[in-house]
Amino acid sequence: MSATETTPVKGPSVLAVLRQPLLVAVLLIGVLLAFGEALSPGFASGEQILRLLVVASLLGLVAAGQNLVILAGREGIDLSVGGIVSLSAIVAGNVMQGQDASIPLAILACVATGALFGFLNGVGVTVMRIPPLVMTLGMLGVLQGLLVVIRQGIPSGKAAPALADFVARPFLFGLPGTIWLWVAVGLFMAFLLRRTVFGQRVYAIGSNEHAAFMAGVPVKRMRVAVFTFSGIFAAIAGFCLLGYSGSSFSNVGEQYMVPSIIAVVFGGTPLAGGKGGYTGTMAGAVLLTILQSILTTVNIDESGRQMIYGATLLVLMLFYGRGRRMRG
Amino acid sequence: MTAVVATKPAGRLKRVFERYPFLPALVIFIVLLALNGVFSPASLSARGLTGLLSTYLALMLLAVGQTFVVYASDIDFSNGAILSLVNVVIIVFMEQMGGSGLTVTMALAVGIGVGLACGLVNGIVVAALRLQAVVATFATSIFFTGLALYVLPVAGTPAPRLFWRTYGGRFFEIPFVVFAALAIALIVYLLVRTRLVTRLLAVGDDAQAAYQSGLPVTLIRIGGYALSGVFAALAAFCVTGDTASGDPLVGAKMTLFGVAAVVLGGTALSGGFGTVVGSALGAFIIGLINALVYFVGTPSQWQNLVQGLVILIALMLGIMVSRRARA
Repeated sequence: MSATETTPVKGPSVLAVLRQPLLVAVLLIGVLLAFGEALSPGFASGEQILRLLVVASLLGLVAAGQNLVILAGREGIDLSVGGIVSLSAIVAGNVMQGQDASIPLAILACVATGALFGFLNGVGVTVMRIPPLVMTLGMLGVLQGLLVVIRQGIPSGKAAPALADFVARPFLFGLPGTIWLWVAVGLFMAFLLRRTVFGQRVYAIGSNEHAAFMAGVPVKRMRVAVFTFSGIFAAIAGFCLLGYSGSSFSNVGEQYMVPSIIAVVFGGTPLAGGKGGYTGTMAGAVLLTILQSILTTVNIDESGRQMIYGATLLVLMLFYGRGRRMRG
Repeated sequence: MTAVVATKPAGRLKRVFERYPFLPALVIFIVLLALNGVFSPASLSARGLTGLLSTYLALMLLAVGQTFVVYASDIDFSNGAILSLVNVVIIVFMEQMGGSGLTVTMALAVGIGVGLACGLVNGIVVAALRLQAVVATFATSIFFTGLALYVLPVAGTPAPRLFWRTYGGRFFEIPFVVFAALAIALIVYLLVRTRLVTRLLAVGDDAQAAYQSGLPVTLIRIGGYALSGVFAALAAFCVTGDTASGDPLVGAKMTLFGVAAVVLGGTALSGGFGTVVGSALGAFIIGLINALVYFVGTPSQWQNLVQGLVILIALMLGIMVSRRARA
């Protein structure tokens, strides 16, 4: 940030531009890729980057719903996404049973599962006015219990060959289907947030719920909708994850809870909501995935990996949304 | 705090509730205790209650520490990781130095120091560097877990005999955990009367107003995190006494239960309002729910689901009752 002192550009423009979360994320992605390439040549090769993007797209899908919930404010957060990813992957796997013909039905069952639990979260938060953190925390406990029941009752399902191909094999112009799906979700989110009344209302209730209510925004319905969206996006991620790993085992989704929140923050959406967007979150998801990938490339213990990961996250957070200094 | 509606006469119930915000938790606690007694009379015996106490004392301490952070409208998602770290540090320390009374005491001092240091790190990161509490403490928890894995890569090293014999033992026919709980109660009783805790509540109620009236807001918030770290260390001692071994991941699952206990106890996550007693009751409510689900004969694979559902319902009830009572 000391660049402003040395460059002869007038005004705060350079600083302002450098503070753009999306730009920060893209720059950091470049730095990390270069760093990864230096550590292990071939890290930033085209094939490898494609593989990274497939992994990032799964996180990005979960983060899309998380993003909507956080944008809509009132301390919006969804701690239950991991449980929904796991559960929907199991539902999809069991409906599918490795049969291509059952894919449409599996999609339906999987998305319905996610939508149901997201909807329940939304109802708890609005009708019963439970804080989102508490509601989704409680829901996470319920989902984890449900996973135990399911794991002992039915065998883990299998992905259909077509789904596995869609997720990991080149699908169109050399890019796997998940990446195309992610691009589609990115366009959908951009359209939703910028061009629709729904999007305007998400920002409105996120920045000032009371004012939005006075202006006639159906605040409760909106909030139920964003939580339902979060459940649906988590379910879609669970569906793709099933294709990615071949079969569904019970806790596959757990690893997505914290990263989905951090990806949103790295994308420039503060946890207070009301501003930000999904483009940054996509960059945030890529950034996190590259970071994790570098750490698995480097030959160090799990302990060192975790320490570096945690410390790096903290350092990267310094680039984003720091709270305002107290003033008298 | 919520605005008092002028048209409603301040009822007696409301006044009682404002003074004792943990009342709903107390009612839930008593009901659960009674239900436990109905389904398993032995669970209400001195032996049964001691067992419950020795298992859930750690969660209670974690919840109490979290309460101080929540008072200031912050949150600490890393106290379970701090618990794990302290657990493995003292286990390895005692293994290296031998299990004599002196080393055990030294190990406890080291443990407190580690907890305090972790708490200070959290406080500095959240309050001084002004990072968002939720994600910043997620990040520090990853870091602390890494440290714990470094100290002890796999679970297993046993605690010295002296350590777990003391924790599980009796003095003058009274179980040690009862003394431990009383000592902790005394410490907490004195602690909540300190200026720091009052100031944490002031910061949580209105940070801007607190700052403008000259309070060192940043230092106060760091103090809250430091308390949480120290209580996580105390919780680690209980876990070590209970399990008699080291496990670098032992606290991971406890963090969220601790937060649930705070909420069950009637403390507002928005800060500025709550009680430590409530959080302690909240931890025992979770323990009693787990015990009850077992006693009523729930098939083992359904236990987690029923526990999760009952905890969710208790959380909802607690929040709705306390809102009604306060409004």
